[in-house]
Amino acid sequence: MAVLTDAGKKPGLRRGRAGKPKKTKFSRSESIAGFLFISPWIVGFLIFTLGAMIYSLVISFTNYDLATNTANPVGFENYANLFDDPKVFMSLGNTLYYAVLAVPLEVIFALFLASLLNRVPKRGAGIFRIIYYLPKMTPSVATASIFLLLLNGNSGAINQFLGFFGITGPQWLIDPAWVKPSIVIMQVWTVSGTMLILLAALKNVPTDLYEAASIDGAGKVRQFFTVTIPMISNALFFCTVVLTIAAVQVFDQAYLLFFRDPTNASPDAALFIGVYLFQQAFEQFNMGFAAAIAWLMFFIIMIITVIQVRVGNRLVYYEGGTE
Amino acid sequence: MSAISQAQAIVESDPSSRSAGSGGSRWYKPRTVVGKIIRWIVLIGFACAFLYPFVWLLAATFKPRQDVFDNRLIPKTFTLDNYVQVWQQLPLLAWLGNSIYIAILAAGFVTISSSIVAFGFAYFRFPFRNSLFGLVLATMMLPGAVTMVPLYLIWKDLGFLGTTVPLFGANLFGSAFYIFLQRQFFMNLPRELFEAARMDGCSYFGLFRRIAVPLSIPSFIIVFIFEFQASWNNLQAPLIYLNFGSPEQYTVPLGISYAMTLFSPTSGGHADYQWVVTAAFIVTLPMLILFAGGQRYFIEGLASTGRKG
Repeated sequence: MAVLTDAGKKPGLRRGRAGKPKKTKFSRSESIAGFLFISPWIVGFLIFTLGAMIYSLVISFTNYDLATNTANPVGFENYANLFDDPKVFMSLGNTLYYAVLAVPLEVIFALFLASLLNRVPKRGAGIFRIIYYLPKMTPSVATASIFLLLLNGNSGAINQFLGFFGITGPQWLIDPAWVKPSIVIMQVWTVSGTMLILLAALKNVPTDLYEAASIDGAGKVRQFFTVTIPMISNALFFCTVVLTIAAVQVFDQAYLLFFRDPTNASPDAALFIGVYLFQQAFEQFNMGFAAAIAWLMFFIIMIITVIQVRVGNRLVYYEGGTE
Repeated sequence: MSAISQAQAIVESDPSSRSAGSGGSRWYKPRTVVGKIIRWIVLIGFACAFLYPFVWLLAATFKPRQDVFDNRLIPKTFTLDNYVQVWQQLPLLAWLGNSIYIAILAAGFVTISSSIVAFGFAYFRFPFRNSLFGLVLATMMLPGAVTMVPLYLIWKDLGFLGTTVPLFGANLFGSAFYIFLQRQFFMNLPRELFEAARMDGCSYFGLFRRIAVPLSIPSFIIVFIFEFQASWNNLQAPLIYLNFGSPEQYTVPLGISYAMTLFSPTSGGHADYQWVVTAAFIVTLPMLILFAGGQRYFIEGLASTGRKG
């Protein structure tokens, strides 16, 4: 997040250090113009962020029913129901299992691909960057339909490929034990956004550090762990936080493959908390309960992020001292 | 979040280091030839793995119904029939039209509104500016799931349910990440340029329209492409706001998922997946073209600004 913090500090520096700027230093016309320029964002923030959050909090204490368009205050009932509903626990468990599996795999795979691309000579780099970035440009619905056929247990290409090595592939999309790994595979396949962040970070590692390390007798592997990883730990940390937030909200692939078709026997293995929230809100129309689920998700994400930041501050190397 | 991560990479990558970076120079003195060969094999192997599903999809679009699943990359029987039939079997033209209409409005609105707000934060000095900008950055981290339900109710209260407005309306008010990105571009324009224009009697809005905009065209293109892609690929919002109308009102992702259900044998279809794969390929094509064309702007846009975040 160095970029973000730097960006925040810049205007302060630009104003000059001589004395704290007081209120009187602002030109009146310039202040008015500035507020006019940012007014679209202020209006949008008040309605679509702050307003929406307050609205969400209010309806989480009602039994807002979209079908009848009525809302009565019910106190903490929706929040109490979170603990009574076994599907909430099940979907939270599924989501946790998925996130623990997906996030590390995504980061490691993205780092691996980025290191590969980083070694390509300049002439070939463009074409490889495009190919490696292709999955990110594909609509998730197209990815899902491709993988629906590739992961088919009997005739899918992936099991045929495994068959060459004498491995009998599992019934990926049917066997409950393999449903989550299937979704992880789809997610890992589209990891190219993370790959680009890490590639940019790799490009910024100063060459002389590697030269110094190799003079000291460090091999390639040693260099990777003692030079590369610490130098890009900032980017790795940022990716982990963002991917975790995304993993808790995982929706597209799971919903498309397992819940879109109403005649499907909904496999509970793919019921993530984001899917359950969607079902409660827009299929059952229990807006109050759905809002309570959303706040539960919000607090889970907050807690995980705070823990990650605490741990990250110990592990991440920031150039130019702490913070 | 995908747009965020992509552009984050662009913001963080320093174009000047690309030429002088570690990767380029070390390549030419590898320890062993064997290592070099292995690296190429792995590199090309993964390129094939990423290309395979596309080639598979492309091949499947040329196959008759019974061959779709045969996993051959060269069709046994080659037919263009799917490309003719798919337009009659599915309202694909309407979906493409809806998606293009929504994506252009969404991307156009967010590009204009975010740049106006970004210029406000970049150039003007006013009270609480830094705390307000901190708030902009904080909203970037807000999980979308939290506001999903109230946003639906807000659009309902405003009377926009059943229209496409909820799919682009909020973009009129700027989007945190694009505000951040465009502010970065504006901050790199020399301030003297604006001071000089002020001396010559240029209005505040003139500073934006006559100086900032013409000098930041690459950033406009980047924001437009990112949002166009995000809108084109968005599944959840159309599921919420358009799923109750007739199939002709669907967007591309909603339409494809509808087709997957329509032809699924479990819901009474005849497993006509040849039309699903053909439609999936057709709707992916605009994104591939956008990326192939836009890649130049991504890289040139960076090189021309030549700054580090």
